Amino acid sequence: MKYIDGYRQGDAGKFLGKRIVENAALLADKHEPIYIMEVCGSHTMAISRFGIRDLLPPNVKLLSGPGCPVCVTDAGYIDAALSLARKDVIIATFGDMVRVPGSKKSLADVRSEGADVRICYSPAQAITLAQENPEREVVFMAIGFETTMAPVTTLIPSAEACGLTNLSLLTAFKLVPPALNALIADAEVKVDAFICPAHVSAIIGAEAYRPYVEERGVPCVVCGFEPLDILYGIDNIVSQFLNGECALVNQYSRVVTDAGNATAQKLFETFLTPVDAGWRGIGVIPMSGMGIREQYEKYDAAKRFGVSTDGGSPDPGCMCGDVLKGKIIPSDCPMFGDACTPQNPVGPCMVSSEGSCAAYFKYER
Amino acid sequence: MDEKKRILLGHGGGGLLTRNLIDEEILKRFGDGPLRGLPDGALLPSIDGDIVFSTDSFVVSPGFFPGGNIGDLAVHGTVNDIAVSGATPLWLSLALIIEEGLPLASLQTVLDSVRTAADNCGVQVVTGDTKVVRKGQCDGLYVNTAGIGKKIAGFNLGSSQVQTGDRVLVSGNLGDHGMAVMAAREGLGNGALKSDSAPVHRLVHALSPFAADVRFMRDPTRGGMAATLNEIVDGADVGILLREDSLPFSAGAKGLAEMLGFDLLHVASEGRMMCICSAEAAEQVIEKWRSLPEGTDACEIGRITEDSGRVILETGIGGKRIVDVPQGELLPRIC
Repeated sequence: MKYIDGYRQGDAGKFLGKRIVENAALLADKHEPIYIMEVCGSHTMAISRFGIRDLLPPNVKLLSGPGCPVCVTDAGYIDAALSLARKDVIIATFGDMVRVPGSKKSLADVRSEGADVRICYSPAQAITLAQENPEREVVFMAIGFETTMAPVTTLIPSAEACGLTNLSLLTAFKLVPPALNALIADAEVKVDAFICPAHVSAIIGAEAYRPYVEERGVPCVVCGFEPLDILYGIDNIVSQFLNGECALVNQYSRVVTDAGNATAQKLFETFLTPVDAGWRGIGVIPMSGMGIREQYEKYDAAKRFGVSTDGGSPDPGCMCGDVLKGKIIPSDCPMFGDACTPQNPVGPCMVSSEGSCAAYFKYER
Repeated sequence: MDEKKRILLGHGGGGLLTRNLIDEEILKRFGDGPLRGLPDGALLPSIDGDIVFSTDSFVVSPGFFPGGNIGDLAVHGTVNDIAVSGATPLWLSLALIIEEGLPLASLQTVLDSVRTAADNCGVQVVTGDTKVVRKGQCDGLYVNTAGIGKKIAGFNLGSSQVQTGDRVLVSGNLGDHGMAVMAAREGLGNGALKSDSAPVHRLVHALSPFAADVRFMRDPTRGGMAATLNEIVDGADVGILLREDSLPFSAGAKGLAEMLGFDLLHVASEGRMMCICSAEAAEQVIEKWRSLPEGTDACEIGRITEDSGRVILETGIGGKRIVDVPQGELLPRIC
């Protein structure tokens, strides 16, 4: 518990909160409000859960970013999974995906109609499923950022080693750095600094953010998920603005190194290749996803079954895209809390346990 | 020899096997009261005062977990529902639905636990029923208990009695039962985390000298404290402010909840109670509770506010956030 309690100490948190307020007051005369984007969904959840927003002064604003893998998955991807589920394929998936609506229906809907949808806590369970059902095709819903992409990609060498011919991956892997580039380039998005993801950074390394700091002038702080981690990150960013600095800081050095995880990076290089990817509500961002390399295409469910994961037509009233870009906060959406709730979600941000709409609904409405 | 014996469908058929099972296992343990002679209904003496009647079914999986089993849980569950209604529990019914193939030894252990728990609670099992179903039609053993209690004079309880400034007290660590069952089910931990399954009737009795100051009592089972507290403020003119620093959680439950992503305020206890009482009485109630073995960790966790309809938590770092009711079923089959 020392890695939990130690990073939740009340006195230290109150001290940092007070210093943020004091420094922000000094900054108020010489700078517009600072907009800090927490890119990762787990940070969003932690900020809400620990009441961090409540401690901040009016000129320090937190915006949720596009870092919830379920939230950014296109409706067309869900539609593709639904079409496979209707073809008597076993769909293996992380639990959060089951209730995400595609263009019309969710996996939970088709499951209630008789489709075979299995929830996995670990990608390794897909191997067991394929072994136990040799007469049937098993498709794993391979979504996620770099963190999740690593264990899911190991399914390919594992399937090779086990000689499995009935397991494939429906990929919608996403990469964080191209998304940050797109956000910085979008004139409508106001982001002054990033709280960079914790576990994605463990894979790609803190140095991955150097270009945003040096070429774009956006301060970046890699933070852990505990309240003191996040408060430290906010405090550091406010201090940077106060002192006219722009730096890359790795606060989460107990987990994140400069270069990241070489084993995971090698795994990606061997089995995957960068592809253009559609982000729900945002659109296609060039080379922001990863697909399976041609030599391993027998594991690529989209090619194997000839389905497209593009497009789809989600509910036109859903404003998840604007939430994911930090243009609005969840409670600005007219459907928030009325037409769209965790019980009856319209958009993925209300479904996912890392979704910003779910976080606002649960802790801050 | 009993170790190898199993319950057969015939044990529920009404014939000789049934008779043997009732004689050997039920009457041997519970036949010293109104159950003697196996009448169709228990004849009970009249009660001078109001009666409280409650029932609960138990389908916990696994049926045996660190700190208890489905038998004592079934006694505590109904006893506690009666107790927090402001009554002294007196009599219980006990109905068993047994899956064919259950080891007889398991049934014997459960029934022993029922008897021990009933004695500890001062209640008598006075009537019952036994059914056996085919393999696969239930999971080992399901238990239903219903109970009758006598209302304790002086209590005037209800969420409408709660007033701004009142204090929220709990009798001990929250969420140990739910996390212990979860750990047993998933094979996590080393069994060190034990369920808090226990009766709360003595804690209720300890409140009777302060009856005029006690507004509300409840045992926070399914949905945990979050569900209980939200129920109180739902549609009411008052709200509740909790202090995270004051919430009593065991280290074992806290560690497991962090690992699995649970909020312990959503997790069930089966041997704890909360009460809302006047600010003036709060310290005396805590002192009284702490003098009992089941209340040694009693403490104040928050107070009633004017923030209508909302339960708010002040976190350790000083921020505030909503305490929501759990969405859907987080932990199925914990009781």
